[in-house]
Amino acid sequence: MGKTIAQKIFDAHLRDTPTPENMVLDLDVVMCHEITTPIAIMDLVDKNMDSVFDPAKIKAVIDHVTPAKDSKTAMQGKILRDWARRHNIVDFFDIGANGVCHALFPEKGFIRPGYTVIMGDSHTCTHGAFGAFAAGVGTTDLEVGIYKGVCSFRTPKTMRIVINGRVPKGVSAKDVILHILKQVTVGGGTDRIIEFTGEVVENFTMAQRMTLCNMAVEAGATSGICMPDAITAEYLWPFIEEEYSSLDDAVADFSRWHSDENAEYEQTLTVDVTSLVPQMTVGFKPDQVVDISEVEGGPVDQVYIGSCTNGRIEDLRDAAEILQGRKLAATVRGIVTPATPKVYSEALEEGILKIFIDAGFCVLNPTCGACLGMSSGVLAEGEICASTTNRNFNGRMGKGGMVHLMSPYSAAAAAVTGKITDPRKFLA
Amino acid sequence: MKTFGGPALFLDRSDINTDEIIPARYLTEISKTALQPHLLEDLLIDGRPFVHGSPAMKKARVIVSRKNFGCGSSREHAVWAFEVNAINLVIAESFARIFRQNMFNCGILAVELPGREIETLFALRGTVTIDVDLDKEILTACSSEAADPVKCGFSLNPFDKELIAAGGWLAYADQKY
Repeated sequence: MGKTIAQKIFDAHLRDTPTPENMVLDLDVVMCHEITTPIAIMDLVDKNMDSVFDPAKIKAVIDHVTPAKDSKTAMQGKILRDWARRHNIVDFFDIGANGVCHALFPEKGFIRPGYTVIMGDSHTCTHGAFGAFAAGVGTTDLEVGIYKGVCSFRTPKTMRIVINGRVPKGVSAKDVILHILKQVTVGGGTDRIIEFTGEVVENFTMAQRMTLCNMAVEAGATSGICMPDAITAEYLWPFIEEEYSSLDDAVADFSRWHSDENAEYEQTLTVDVTSLVPQMTVGFKPDQVVDISEVEGGPVDQVYIGSCTNGRIEDLRDAAEILQGRKLAATVRGIVTPATPKVYSEALEEGILKIFIDAGFCVLNPTCGACLGMSSGVLAEGEICASTTNRNFNGRMGKGGMVHLMSPYSAAAAAVTGKITDPRKFLA
Repeated sequence: MKTFGGPALFLDRSDINTDEIIPARYLTEISKTALQPHLLEDLLIDGRPFVHGSPAMKKARVIVSRKNFGCGSSREHAVWAFEVNAINLVIAESFARIFRQNMFNCGILAVELPGREIETLFALRGTVTIDVDLDKEILTACSSEAADPVKCGFSLNPFDKELIAAGGWLAYADQKY
């Protein structure tokens, strides 16, 4: 019997199998942000265990609330900053260089095919786009990861999702994953890896693959994962050119991680996206997904474009395609948050920020901010946000608010009309 | 080792997420006890806000719920919010992976029961107290309005049991790795 990519990664990192159902893996990267890490740091200090297993394998960023909004968030940043200095963690990103962790760390080339990655953040599954096993964990797992460089998992099975067909104009990776969530449901991926394959995924850019993998956790999955290929190698090339004689060489090396033809899957779901139309969520669960055409005209108070799901340059370009030469509806507030300084800078150079500003958007610095209602765009009770983020839970963007998850195209269309709108009417 | 069991609070819904258990606006706290008044603050039951902080909730030492409990964000704050309210046991038909792991990592109990047994617990009337025999892996639920207790066997993953005995994952990992 062959092996899946996940099984190959587990085999290469296995430290211990405390029971046949459990595994303890050695970690290649432990990523930290200022919300879930300070309590781990304080506990390690408290227990006289204030050391790190390998400072080069730890990456840290202040991203959830930045700049600090009050004394408490300033202290969270300070605890992380002081700790990074104390342990010579070189890859620490503070204000001016910081951005949304799951957009920033890939950009820095920190994630490679075959890696094991954890972070105290559920959307860590995003990094599976690189052919890595990347899992969100709680603070205690993070703490042990920092201290010992290991993490335990109940060994997950793999669910394969084969995405075939051709993605129509006006439909994006976000619509594809929302469509998949509707079928898999919010608990359907629990204790499973979701392996995204098929011709659509093979042709997707790294940004699109990250959007897919980002929302694997919304199905309860431990990690999303894609096969590392030429697109992966091209993205990573500036970081790996010393290691490989050519791009082909890198691609050939990456292929050793690929799932075998005769690998065993717990389940395979095949999706054809050729006739897929723009999707969005209604209600408070990410699997409550409808065709936008079914709910067109619904009210919108705020439009938010950003986050680890859809705050990359490709996402901003999509939105700008609709916003170019158009204005925000008078009843809507628009917020755009380029996910990293690099995205911000590229959007500036490409004239995309000018399009947003001319349309009437507020351009925020890179931060997680409004996605989880911690800062920079919290909703008032009863308000509705058309958002490119990943969660619509009750209270997520502010107590009593409602979030409709959708693509950057669809959010931009809602910004222009002030209502839920099928974006295809704005695209030639 | 912590003690498990006591008066139960029933949360009759599937897919209760960690944002509902402890909203992100309280994640700026760096003390676990600061979470205490905010447990279940954004929970919706039947589409309506759950009355949090009721006397029944204050007395509760056990939570009983349905499928996919603790889905969403990885925040261990959700587990701490239960802990600082003296709730060390959650019983559900199924758990989201990270929440379940966080419970055992903190040395406290997440017990899965089949749907029909969860149904039996939900059918109990009056004040319900649930006790746990960890060695025998048996839950005993006593209702103030029923003469006979309900007993349910459960099965813990042996590794999770070791984490409980060790007092959590940090203590276990520090010893072993």
